[in-house]
Amino acid sequence: MSTMLIHGGRLIDPASGVDALMDLVLRDGRVAEIVAPGRASVDPDARMIDATGLTVAPGLVDIHVHLREPGQGHKETIATGTAAAAAGGFTAVAAMPNTTPTNDSPEITRWMQAPERGASVRVYPIGAATRAIKGEVLNDYAALKAAGVVAVTDDGHPILHDEIMRQVLANATREGLSVIQHAEDTRMTGGCSMNAGPTAFRLGLRGMPPEAEYGLVERDIRLVTELASTGATPHLHVAHTSTARAVEAVRKARRDGLRVTCEVAPHHFLLTEEHVGAYDTNAKMNPPLRSAADRDAMLEGILDGTVDAVATDHAPHASHEKQVEFERAPNGITGLETALGLSLRWLHEEWKMPLKRVLSLLSEKPAALLGLQGRGTLAVGSFADVVIFDPAAEWIFRAQDSRSKSKNTPFDGWTMRGKVRWTISEGRVVYSGDVSS
Amino acid sequence: MPLNTETTDRPTPAPEEPVLLSETCAAGSLLSVSGLTLEAVSEILALATRLEKEDPLKRAERLAKRRVALLFYESSTRTRTSFELAAKGLGADTTLVSALSSSIEKGETLKDTGLTLRALGAEAIILRHPSSGAPWLLERETGLPVLNAGDGMHEHPSQALLDLRTMLAHLRPGRDTVTAETLAGVTVAITGDILHSRVARSNMLLLPRLGARVILCGPPQLLPAGAWRVGPGIEVERDFNKALAQARVVMMLRIQAERLAGLQLDLEEYKAGYQLTEARLAEFAPEALVMHPGPIVRGLELTGEVADGSQSLILEQVHHGVAIRMALVLRALTEAGRT
Repeated sequence: MSTMLIHGGRLIDPASGVDALMDLVLRDGRVAEIVAPGRASVDPDARMIDATGLTVAPGLVDIHVHLREPGQGHKETIATGTAAAAAGGFTAVAAMPNTTPTNDSPEITRWMQAPERGASVRVYPIGAATRAIKGEVLNDYAALKAAGVVAVTDDGHPILHDEIMRQVLANATREGLSVIQHAEDTRMTGGCSMNAGPTAFRLGLRGMPPEAEYGLVERDIRLVTELASTGATPHLHVAHTSTARAVEAVRKARRDGLRVTCEVAPHHFLLTEEHVGAYDTNAKMNPPLRSAADRDAMLEGILDGTVDAVATDHAPHASHEKQVEFERAPNGITGLETALGLSLRWLHEEWKMPLKRVLSLLSEKPAALLGLQGRGTLAVGSFADVVIFDPAAEWIFRAQDSRSKSKNTPFDGWTMRGKVRWTISEGRVVYSGDVSS
Repeated sequence: MPLNTETTDRPTPAPEEPVLLSETCAAGSLLSVSGLTLEAVSEILALATRLEKEDPLKRAERLAKRRVALLFYESSTRTRTSFELAAKGLGADTTLVSALSSSIEKGETLKDTGLTLRALGAEAIILRHPSSGAPWLLERETGLPVLNAGDGMHEHPSQALLDLRTMLAHLRPGRDTVTAETLAGVTVAITGDILHSRVARSNMLLLPRLGARVILCGPPQLLPAGAWRVGPGIEVERDFNKALAQARVVMMLRIQAERLAGLQLDLEEYKAGYQLTEARLAEFAPEALVMHPGPIVRGLELTGEVADGSQSLILEQVHHGVAIRMALVLRALTEAGRT
């Protein structure tokens, strides 16, 4: 492989604490050198990227995406989903197992990672915790891990049965895998399509009570506590946290020394149930948009460090699937191309979170919590995964311009901050944006 | 990090503001009472009176051979018939599409059914649908004026308007123009299955804007505690007798067994607490007007004697429905309807 020199930019690598004008040399798919501006000695045929005025950061890592393959290629394919990831600055994504069939075998895990899928960036499959995500029979975690699975979950079909969840945590811990739980007590949410409360009442929609989420988070933490008392070190990761009390439960578990982590999606720290508006199915997701107090608690959790990662829960759906009655529409929105722009605009610009910390939530910390070696950092020797963006650029996101196969987003027309100019995955340029403006 | 003080006045720029229901109505549509200004309510009331008094033969020229579709995904007697009579009374051709006996049974979506009706020449669609918000989808996808004839548990705006007309006929006779004070001093007790009632929602959103005080009354399973937060001028009173004692109008609601979704309710206990009986009426509200959007279940939410009694306006409400719906259909199809 060839060599690439990215020069003139402000290099921010949260993992190593670097934040300075530095040049970056990539060689053979790895980070080769970080040197003072103009000091790199590279071959004359090396590709040069002028990053003057731009920020150079580790490629972003999204640990919660739905790439829809196998089986749901009308919504998204691994190729289109990872193209959207690249356009959003992501170089590694962890793909949820609720495909058709569900990913509960080494064969599907390998199929998802095969070169034939045409992925632009690295895909880490997440395996189903139980067979066909039915919450009954545990899958073979050793075999899944050997095939490349980085965590297990029954995402979307949470494991309600205490004994099954206990076994999942125990077996996953034995294999060194994280357990990701979509915390929703589905016994409380049947027929519900938004957050419970006055807005749902006014709109005549059945609401999911917040306790359906935090109740299950608290149950899971109890199970982790029990297991930890036997000397094991289970890792529970709470997906797309949306309620104040769930964040509080994670905060407390961490104080108690447990390995419990959580992520928050941009829509949960930016939007509230009021954004359902006139039954906008692009404001329908699970967990639903919550109250303003919950939204503020997500932000507080991000700012105080309780929240370990910003993850998008990128969930593409075809337009015909969303153009139906609100109660019948599937849950979920796309998110890969808006996460960076929204995080920079709101977390950094409006709410004054240091840029280094914002980038850490989108790269270093999510990579670390799933143990993705060599990702989320620009340390010498790590993968040559780089995002180069213009931190000053303000732009309008247009859903129709999305690389994703689906356009279901509530952020169409929103103003973003920070435009991705290049995304480099393992040394290859996988996205280059408009550099003229 | 103490954020609570900072987050309350956080600026949210214009494009990100949530869309309000009242802002989305196309001309001629009636999806929610929130979409109506008091001026528009006055216009509809005045138009209803004008049309009601008009010579039927002249009236039938107003929308002669115009096409109106009635799209009904749920059963209906009063609403469907009165919309149909209203449209026909104005001379329009009507066609009824119901969920059974149409391609809806074969899986056709609401969007496609709406587009099909438009291609067949429908100029407005009157929609009843079990999903809250369905009229917004239909309006968005067809671009036609849509009259919401009841969407799920959400709203039934034409019912609220005919209820208002019925109330005004008794409390403010001769008045067609309403203001924010028209119903000042009037307390309306809406009682029963509020949770599942689109009639309750439309009335509780409309009546306080005319100065009325709305008391919601029912057991917790059928009336969530936070219901009063829907809008100003709304209170919750669990004790039916206390609610009755304050009420000038008592609006009774049917228990919607079809929407209970597994909710357990002891009917005997319910009747003991909330059934409107002659004895209760005589003791607590001997002067109150008794209303009910129908269908009534005699012996459940109210006794047969009350339904047939001298305080009952139930059939008058039905009668007012035709005039109100003539005004709404005319408004939907013509500029004249909007004067």
